[in-house]
Amino acid sequence: MSVQTTDYTVSEIRSPAAFITSRVFIYGALVFWAFVCLFPIYWTITTSFKSAVDVTQGHLIPFVDFTPDWKGWRSLGLSPDSIFQTSTVRDEFLKRFMNSVITSVGASGLAIIIGSLAAYGLVRYRYKFAWFKNEDISFFFLSQLILPPVVLALPFLVLYREVALLDTRIGLVLLYTLMVLPIVIWIMRDQFNSIPVELEEAALVDGLSIWGAFFRIVMPIALPGMVAAFILAMVLCWNEYFFAALLTSTDAKTIPVMVASQTGSQGINWWSMAALATAAIAPLAIIGIALERYLIMGMTAGSVK
Amino acid sequence: MAEQTSTANAWPVDPADLIPAGRKRLGWGLLALATLGLLAIIVVQILYKTEMSTVGFDTWRPVIYAYVLWGAALGAWQVLTRGEDGQRALFLLPALLFTIAMVIFPTLFGFYIALTDWNLSSFSGRKFNGLDNFWQMLSDPYYRNALFNMVLYVLAVLVEYVVAFGLALLLNAQIRARKFFRVVFLLPLMLSPVAVSWMVGKSLMEYRFGPAATLARHLGWDNPAFFSDPITARISIMMLDAWTFIPFMMIMLLAGLQAMSREVLEAARVDGATAWQTFWQVTFPLMLPVSVTAVILRIIFKLKLADIIITLTSGGPGGATDSVSSFIYREYRDRSNVGYGTMLAMAYLVIIVVFVTWLLKFASRFVRNVN
Repeated sequence: MSVQTTDYTVSEIRSPAAFITSRVFIYGALVFWAFVCLFPIYWTITTSFKSAVDVTQGHLIPFVDFTPDWKGWRSLGLSPDSIFQTSTVRDEFLKRFMNSVITSVGASGLAIIIGSLAAYGLVRYRYKFAWFKNEDISFFFLSQLILPPVVLALPFLVLYREVALLDTRIGLVLLYTLMVLPIVIWIMRDQFNSIPVELEEAALVDGLSIWGAFFRIVMPIALPGMVAAFILAMVLCWNEYFFAALLTSTDAKTIPVMVASQTGSQGINWWSMAALATAAIAPLAIIGIALERYLIMGMTAGSVK
Repeated sequence: MAEQTSTANAWPVDPADLIPAGRKRLGWGLLALATLGLLAIIVVQILYKTEMSTVGFDTWRPVIYAYVLWGAALGAWQVLTRGEDGQRALFLLPALLFTIAMVIFPTLFGFYIALTDWNLSSFSGRKFNGLDNFWQMLSDPYYRNALFNMVLYVLAVLVEYVVAFGLALLLNAQIRARKFFRVVFLLPLMLSPVAVSWMVGKSLMEYRFGPAATLARHLGWDNPAFFSDPITARISIMMLDAWTFIPFMMIMLLAGLQAMSREVLEAARVDGATAWQTFWQVTFPLMLPVSVTAVILRIIFKLKLADIIITLTSGGPGGATDSVSSFIYREYRDRSNVGYGTMLAMAYLVIIVVFVTWLLKFASRFVRNVN
């Protein structure tokens, strides 16, 4: 997204006093909202370094209010002094983490493959399945977006038990693919629409087949859109809780389910909870900061003509 | 599905009769073989599961493999009998077969479950009980309450929209460090709602030590319990959900603002409009289509709201914060009541479909009337 400046709010204002007031207001609001966005993250990260007393007294600033300590991370087996020792908690955590990685990457990848193909077909060719034309097929795909997870959850619970997919990663991958497929198709339709058809015509004249033209000509151009769709799908799958909570129990449990089940017998260990929460949000926070451009591209696809 | 023709005008169409008859026969043969195989496996499984035969598999999983193979055969049949048209159909087939298998069948199955009395933890198995679940649903005060909460939660989208619009305007103003603020404002959307509800809802807003409670005390609220009485609990849930989802609307609105032509704004300025007038007479009407898209998408996501409520309040106090999804989740988790839960979910699906259809119609008429 290019950074344009529409400076009408500024150019409206003529007197210097009014200009300064508006600046103060704008930056004040920006800083306030930045605080609202960042403080919970700050709180999560610092809490993972607190001991019980520091948590219950609501200490905020490390080194001033409290002495940071690797307590939370030690309880996960991830602190510097415990990282080389064997730790069952760490093994458990890594297993959940890998489950999350595999399910979200797998589902996003699968959705990108079949979603891109379908979107390309819908944009370039005209189909007629019985009385369903292109618009109907598109609507069929996009209408899946309004299907709430709760409608599918219980039937899937029963069906997955019958086909032995309950508590497996592949079962989750299939459901997550279904969940993000409409979004992928939405984004990719927009992408393929913006590619001039002449490119493929030239490729066909040069002797490429339909699929050859798609893979050699169209795909490289549409790659940024695919990255955008992939990241957006990743975010949704990584944070998904509802299906994971219902359909997994021991083997395929993902990070959000592990986070949600952290109530001990003597209350909550906030430091270990915070460490776990930090580990759960860190991957996406990093991806979000590094690939923000693609994320925005994905979210704005098709909304602005 | 055989009726499929693709007539892409832009392409040199290769006539189907150029395909040799032998190749067509091969295609049809393959499809027939695959269909027979799929049907055979299904029949064998049904006979085995109803104990009418001793040959079969322990689970239904082979049927899935057979379905995948059948899908591959369907694709091969398209290419073999219809040449280039078939190759075009191949783009659409995987997604179509996948979605049909994953949505249509489970939904139909769901409608059947909804008509049974089926408790997964009891040994008696399922019993068909007709519309009993439906009548029970009509007299269930908790379900009605959950639906009412959904209305409140959806209405909260309007407040989120105002905040998101304000933030988009801020980001679109001439400011320094725009990229920094954009990334920071986007961050909440990336965070796992479950982790957020623990660290924000249960820790940051904790009654005794949470900084939010401390701040509220300083501001004069003597008893800052965010989740103990129904109204504050609802508002707290709304605020948490808003916090994670406002960036989503903000980004869409920001894109709309940046796509707006500067000439119109220049013209308004030359005509001597104040900033306030410019906003209401020019910016807001021009932003209406984007706004409607953003709000509708947000409402669709809002209708799925569950994870925050499940982890934070489990619907409490007394069901005051329940969304439909979280209520059904507990109905299953606590009582293993699959039949009744599914009936609730199916009724919710019908309500949603009607509501969203109405919303789309209303929105398109609204946009047309204003512009």
